Amino acid sequence: MALGEIPLSERKSGYEFMSRETRAMQDDAVTGPAVLTLLDGEALWGKLGCAACHTDMKGVAARYPAIVGGKLTTLEQQVRHRNPELAYESRELLALTAFVAKQSRGMPIEVPEIKSHLEAGRAFFHKRQGQLNLACANCHDDNWGKKLAGTPIPQAHPTGYPIYRLEWQSVGSITRRFRNCLTGMRAELLPHGAPELVDLELYLMWRARGMPMEAPAVRP
Amino acid sequence: MISRRGFLLLTLAAGTARAQLPPNIAEIRKAALQEAIGKVVGNAQVRTGRVKLEIPPLIDNGNAVPVTVEVESPMTQADHVKAIHLFTERNPQPYVFSAHLGPRAGKARVAARARIADTGDVVAIAQMSDGSFWQESVKVIVTLSACLEEGLI
Amino acid sequence: MARVVVNVPAEAKKGEVIEIRTLAGHAMETGFRRTQLGELIPRDIIRSLVCTYNGVEVFRAELHPAMAANPLLSFTTVATESGTLEFRWTGDNGFSATEKASIKVV
Repeated sequence: MALGEIPLSERKSGYEFMSRETRAMQDDAVTGPAVLTLLDGEALWGKLGCAACHTDMKGVAARYPAIVGGKLTTLEQQVRHRNPELAYESRELLALTAFVAKQSRGMPIEVPEIKSHLEAGRAFFHKRQGQLNLACANCHDDNWGKKLAGTPIPQAHPTGYPIYRLEWQSVGSITRRFRNCLTGMRAELLPHGAPELVDLELYLMWRARGMPMEAPAVRP
Repeated sequence: MISRRGFLLLTLAAGTARAQLPPNIAEIRKAALQEAIGKVVGNAQVRTGRVKLEIPPLIDNGNAVPVTVEVESPMTQADHVKAIHLFTERNPQPYVFSAHLGPRAGKARVAARARIADTGDVVAIAQMSDGSFWQESVKVIVTLSACLEEGLI
Repeated sequence: MARVVVNVPAEAKKGEVIEIRTLAGHAMETGFRRTQLGELIPRDIIRSLVCTYNGVEVFRAELHPAMAANPLLSFTTVATESGTLEFRWTGDNGFSATEKASIKVV
């Protein structure tokens, strides 16, 4: 499993590849760009009656994707399981996910090591695909820190999802980000909920294990 | 080695793609910036100084750029900043915001997040109670993010 | 009503210059973007923010398409007396949002 993996001491969050000013936007707890989404999430948490069963969500986001009902499930999918009317990437789903994820801030990522899914996710990460015949590992394992068209390549650790991506001008999920990567690589665009992307998310979280959660992060 | 025919076809395709924007877009936008500033200051001379424009020189993403403008002023009834205007050179239109202050502000300091479309000048102009105008202009470099979605969320 | 945030210190000394931070949820559609089919998406932005302190205007800003989405505006004011600061955002297509904050001045 160790091929290409970045040792814990060398793991850097995408936060470290951003400018000082962009980092300040993430650290701004009062008027940061993700604050409104968090407030929406808190309101929805009350409105949908989540508190009837759930007390606090501390540590939850740090251990997803996880097996729920025999199936590998992402945090978004788990929220949708209870609220199937919330579409993928809808404002409501993102707000709830952000609100839940924030409660794991500072806690180390610790996802279950489910061998078959991890192997599948790792294989996807290393598979060359698309018109550019690129694998995720080509940039994010082999060339992190170097510049791609003026922008530094991060290590691709999902420590901050859902993120406020400045490019999107809104909060979005890791699946949306994966789809951006696939578009950039000119590879097949997998849909939200695709099992390959759930496996990939598990692999990336595992690859980032031990790193502190920082959701909702701000990214360029 | 590309053939002459191939080269000509490539040039034609590139020329057609760029035909969407006029070839002198930079000059057009620079002129728009000067016109916008002119509308605010009229015939008055704009002096450089007293204004501090804080903006990252190298911008991660032009969609949200933190900007702070601070102007030296006692902010008294007799001597204060009436307004702070922020402009950007390379956007489709040059106005960012106009903030109207006065002695009740206590300090002339406004922060915002702007959209800066491309590498170029960002100009902050302070309008004083005595009718004078002061400015600071900063040249910023805008980088693009990698891996965009091109409409397919 | 769109979600807005205002941050005003709960208490201040008389004459102190306090910082006020505001954030409004709004896409700030510039009017320059096009759909995938090439159609222009019409402009839809917040045009102004006004802040009054016990009814007196202490800050006013005009916003233009070059303001980022979910516009942030921070400014200062002198803490003159206890009371209420009121904030009003107005914009295209009849957009309107308001918020209030109390301040105790000692």
